[in-house]
Amino acid sequence: MTESPPPVVEMRGISLAFPGVKALQDVDFRLFPGEVHALMGENGAGKSTLIKTLTGVHTPDSGTVQLAGDAVAFSSPGQAQEAGISTVYQEVNLCANLTVAENILLGREPRKLGGIDFPAMRKRAAEVLSRIGVHIDPASSLGEHPIAVQQLVAIARAIAVDCRVLVLDEPTSSLDAGEVAELFRIMRVLRGEGVAILFVSHFLDQVYEISDRMTVLRNGTLVGEHLTSELDRRALVSKMIGRELGALEAIEEAAEKHQADGPVLVRAEGLGRRGAIAPFDLDVRAGEVVGLAGLLGSGRTELARLLFGADKADSGQLLVDGKPLHLRGPRSAIAAGIAFCSEDRKGEGLVADLSIRDNLVLAMQAARGWTRPLSRRVKDELVEKYLAALDIRPANPDALVRTLSGGNQQKVLLARWLVTEPRLLILDEPTRGIDIGAKAQIQHLVTTLAAEGTAVLFISAELEEVVRIADRIVVLRDRHKIAELDGGASLDEVVGLIAGEQLPEGVAS
Amino acid sequence: MKNRLLWPIVALVALLLLNLIFTPSFFALRIQDGHLYGGLVDVLKNGAPTLLIAIGMTLVIATRGIDLSVGAVAAIAAAVTCVHIGTSPDFGTALAGMAIALVLCAVLGLWNGFLVAGLGIQPIIATLVLMTAGRGIAMLVTEGQIITVNNNAYRQVGAGFVVLPVSILISLAVLGLVAFTTRKTALGMLIESVGVNPEASRLAGVKSKTIIWTVYVFAAVCAGIAGLMISSNVSAADANSNGLWIEMDAILAVVIGGTSLAGGRYSLAGTLLGSLIIQTLTTTVYTIGVAAEVTLVFKAVVVITVCLIQSPKARAALSFRKVAVAS
Repeated sequence: MTESPPPVVEMRGISLAFPGVKALQDVDFRLFPGEVHALMGENGAGKSTLIKTLTGVHTPDSGTVQLAGDAVAFSSPGQAQEAGISTVYQEVNLCANLTVAENILLGREPRKLGGIDFPAMRKRAAEVLSRIGVHIDPASSLGEHPIAVQQLVAIARAIAVDCRVLVLDEPTSSLDAGEVAELFRIMRVLRGEGVAILFVSHFLDQVYEISDRMTVLRNGTLVGEHLTSELDRRALVSKMIGRELGALEAIEEAAEKHQADGPVLVRAEGLGRRGAIAPFDLDVRAGEVVGLAGLLGSGRTELARLLFGADKADSGQLLVDGKPLHLRGPRSAIAAGIAFCSEDRKGEGLVADLSIRDNLVLAMQAARGWTRPLSRRVKDELVEKYLAALDIRPANPDALVRTLSGGNQQKVLLARWLVTEPRLLILDEPTRGIDIGAKAQIQHLVTTLAAEGTAVLFISAELEEVVRIADRIVVLRDRHKIAELDGGASLDEVVGLIAGEQLPEGVAS
Repeated sequence: MKNRLLWPIVALVALLLLNLIFTPSFFALRIQDGHLYGGLVDVLKNGAPTLLIAIGMTLVIATRGIDLSVGAVAAIAAAVTCVHIGTSPDFGTALAGMAIALVLCAVLGLWNGFLVAGLGIQPIIATLVLMTAGRGIAMLVTEGQIITVNNNAYRQVGAGFVVLPVSILISLAVLGLVAFTTRKTALGMLIESVGVNPEASRLAGVKSKTIIWTVYVFAAVCAGIAGLMISSNVSAADANSNGLWIEMDAILAVVIGGTSLAGGRYSLAGTLLGSLIIQTLTTTVYTIGVAAEVTLVFKAVVVITVCLIQSPKARAALSFRKVAVAS
């Protein structure tokens, strides 16, 4: 490595504390031009904080940041961007009400005669988009496009300026396989041009496919910097979680299937909603895990929302315990024992400005009505129980949920519904964007709940995960339910169905 | 929490001290016929309607809403009560008039709630309807006249004393009641939850619509009582001037008290302080003899200053400058 060029970014001894939390302690980090550098660690390890320190969102309490050998201290992301550090964050941070072109060139619009030169702007945006192989109308409004496309627009925005450093924080969590491949192609092109790319992803496959070097963080401290080729997966995981591979074994354990022969708890007969999901039949039995498999936009979330009454069905009916249930909204579903963890934690799940305690008891309290408050003692018991059971950190009930890491937020959302002791728990992407330890815990929890008699509807973009823990797999394509497979189905079968191959013989459709 | 209230307290104390410099007897209290009199008592008495409306406004703002119609609703309450009382000196007539007025206010609150929660109209537009139309309704009720009454029972609401002015006692009682109701039941948490994230609250099973509806009705009733105070104090109802621009003072009081207009977490103690700051400011204008034509400018300067010292960024900039000068 002595022959490698000097690093474009060098951070030394970075420490940063938030009230009550030491987010980073004495962390060193280097980034070389023309490399893809993966930043690895569990949720709450300090990855996002380190990135935000680099991009000027946070100012470190101590330590230095050098860009191309010069000490820098950005006080805003704008300054970092001017210096050539562009960032795409985990959640899309664009304006849904503006056009694609406006989003890409926001703040650096081409001008003519003191006004914005809209034709030039659209032309420039189209060029950037075609560079990353996205063919959408730059004049269309961003909100019309699915999240995955919005993510690509965010990347287009980042590379629309000359950037020396591109930071991609979980860019792939809402992309499907084809889109990921496309993104990686772009990343390789940029790498070839000498751009330093900082990449964060929880998908180990992707990290090993694309990265040249990795830095591992744990609990806000630096574990080490390694060449990707010199660190195998098991070693990486044990460095990330800081213990032997118990977590991985827990996942293997979760693979054990159990027979579900309980009574049918929830039955959908021709339930559907125009433009969302074509009418479908579905039985969910007590004590079974039903997996929903399908690509992004195949109608997974839409199906779940109908079962919960989050959207109203315009055809068919829902039966609970064999009796028709007319869902007027989430409240009637909750009363029937159905719970729904939305995939959109920030927008539809958590109440960010309230404490862990309030978020945890929200659903139960809402069901009781405001006149029958839970006593402080009951709340504390519940909170204590679930903080411990789900290993939520920090274990401080008064911490605002907005300050938690993604995995811990997910656990709080889960706990909110577990408190209500649901009969059917619908989990939409419960493991997206969270680390392997938390993932194993959640998968383990799902199988435990099912063993105790709870029905679980499990939705995940990670097919391996669905295949591993579901007792039955419902496959969706283009907003239609196309097949139902039993738990013994292989990943290949599921992938084949999703990809549109013929149904194998003997599979009920 | 304490930290958040620190700067409003500093602002209030500073304003009071300013008064003390210009009027050395400002803090003096004297008891006359069992009533407490003095500059501070005046602040409380005159600030009571603003405080009451600001309490209702706090809850509305906590749900991400705003209610511009409170001033008009106050005028309607005053008009209805005074027209009902007419020339009657009876206690019963006064009581009935006030009851009718407050029921009407609750209906007006239902209307606002219907527009906001039922039809999903943006609160600022929805309540603008009643803000404009309400004055017209009050004019119709009074037939464009200033209605004067001579009813001792009614006079007590705004001008009466039980050691302290009755009006401030009413406002403080409502404040206490609201604090108790929202913090001892789950209402406060659910209101904040709806304000922070309405969609997440709906999916968690919170009856968001009912809660929004409730806070608008409550705000309207608060406005009605405030209207009674205002007109009772002068024994007259004036559809044009009763409660005029009081919605602005109330919103300002809520914001100075640290409740964000973006909804979510609210502070009733902050609203109390905010209301006192607004009223003290009005009193200050008179005591230090600010010329009438620059009164509004003076108020604006003070309000901007108070808002700035609450902003961590502005404070950081100021202290940075101090350090720079010192070195």
